[in-house]
Amino acid sequence: MNPVNYLYLAALLFTIGAAGVVIRRNAIVLFMCVELMLNACNLAFVTFSRLHGNLDGQIIAFFTMVVAAAEVVVGLAIIVTVFRSRHSASVDDASLMKL
Amino acid sequence: MSGGALAAAASTTSTGEALQFWVLGTVAVIGALCTILMRKAVHSALCLAGTMIVLAVFYLANGAYFLGVVQIVVYTGAIMMLFLFVVMLVGVTAADSLKETLKGQRWLAALCGLGFGILLCAGIGNASIKTWNGLGQANSGGNVEGLASLIFTKYVFAFEITGALLITAAVGAMVLTHRERTERARTQREQSEARVRTGRNVPPLPAPGVYARHNAVDIPGLLPDGTPSDLTVNATLRGRGQIRDVSSEALAELAALEQRSQRWLGRKSETGKPSGGAGESGTSENGENGENGANAGSAPNPRGVAK
Repeated sequence: MNPVNYLYLAALLFTIGAAGVVIRRNAIVLFMCVELMLNACNLAFVTFSRLHGNLDGQIIAFFTMVVAAAEVVVGLAIIVTVFRSRHSASVDDASLMKL
Repeated sequence: MSGGALAAAASTTSTGEALQFWVLGTVAVIGALCTILMRKAVHSALCLAGTMIVLAVFYLANGAYFLGVVQIVVYTGAIMMLFLFVVMLVGVTAADSLKETLKGQRWLAALCGLGFGILLCAGIGNASIKTWNGLGQANSGGNVEGLASLIFTKYVFAFEITGALLITAAVGAMVLTHRERTERARTQREQSEARVRTGRNVPPLPAPGVYARHNAVDIPGLLPDGTPSDLTVNATLRGRGQIRDVSSEALAELAALEQRSQRWLGRKSETGKPSGGAGESGTSENGENGENGANAGSAPNPRGVAK
């Protein structure tokens, strides 16, 4: 097996995540799909690191994880705030900038 | 695992890794598909957690030992638990409606996703990578040591900025979710006075199930006309759709009872033949049932009857 297969898997996961972002309307599930895409990118970075034989790809994946953690914290806080004012987690309902 | 990685330029991985890839890769794809196809957010979160664990195993297989552990600790341990926490907080009523707001949007989205995937895979297939440098040399001094020396020399600036980002995110989350109470919380006395003044819900809310045959919390009490009363069940259960509705059952039973008694009465008025014995036993049974039902309804909660 060639490690390039990991890249194919990453592409597949990224595609599934992207399709999920477009298909689903629950903000939390949307967020999970974004996380799935980030994870797929991480897998690609780690595989590139192996293909190239240096650790830079792993460093980038590590930074992606840190940024994803920060993003999740702020994003979920936004979802909670929107839910508080609209009593709905659907992105269809949040079509106005203010209540 | 890293057997192929020790050679300077390997061309194939071990059979064990190939087997692991095909088995766990299937699991990862199924988990990802379930993430976007499950209706409830909790199920999506659990499927995504499974996919992330599989990805952690792949990181380990690719020689990224530190990242594999971090993936489990940070992603499945912290981020997914945060997701579940918010799902519990917010997503109680958040089962997606299956109604499409834009016509044909799902099919178009799936089509676009398919095209995108084909594009990505074609790009990768175009690269034609036959040999690769394993991580044997880079990991020779230890994976964590190698990462540390890179983070604190070449990437030290990005590392510092990451610290600033984390602090900003923590402060931002607190600012976003903090709610200043602008008015004093009403005391219990004021609330009861307000209830009496408006005349709504002066006594406590009716308990679930007392008017029906069960008194479980997920069974709504029935109004005299047989329709379930929303006041009797918890709003959270109502929102999750976890209410066992016995009203149709009860109404069907009532209808059957009436039909039987009608038939029995009709037969009695028509013929009055000895087969009335069976009907009689049937009705007496029914009467007993009805009585039992009434008793069961009234016995647990006399207040319900008084009302």
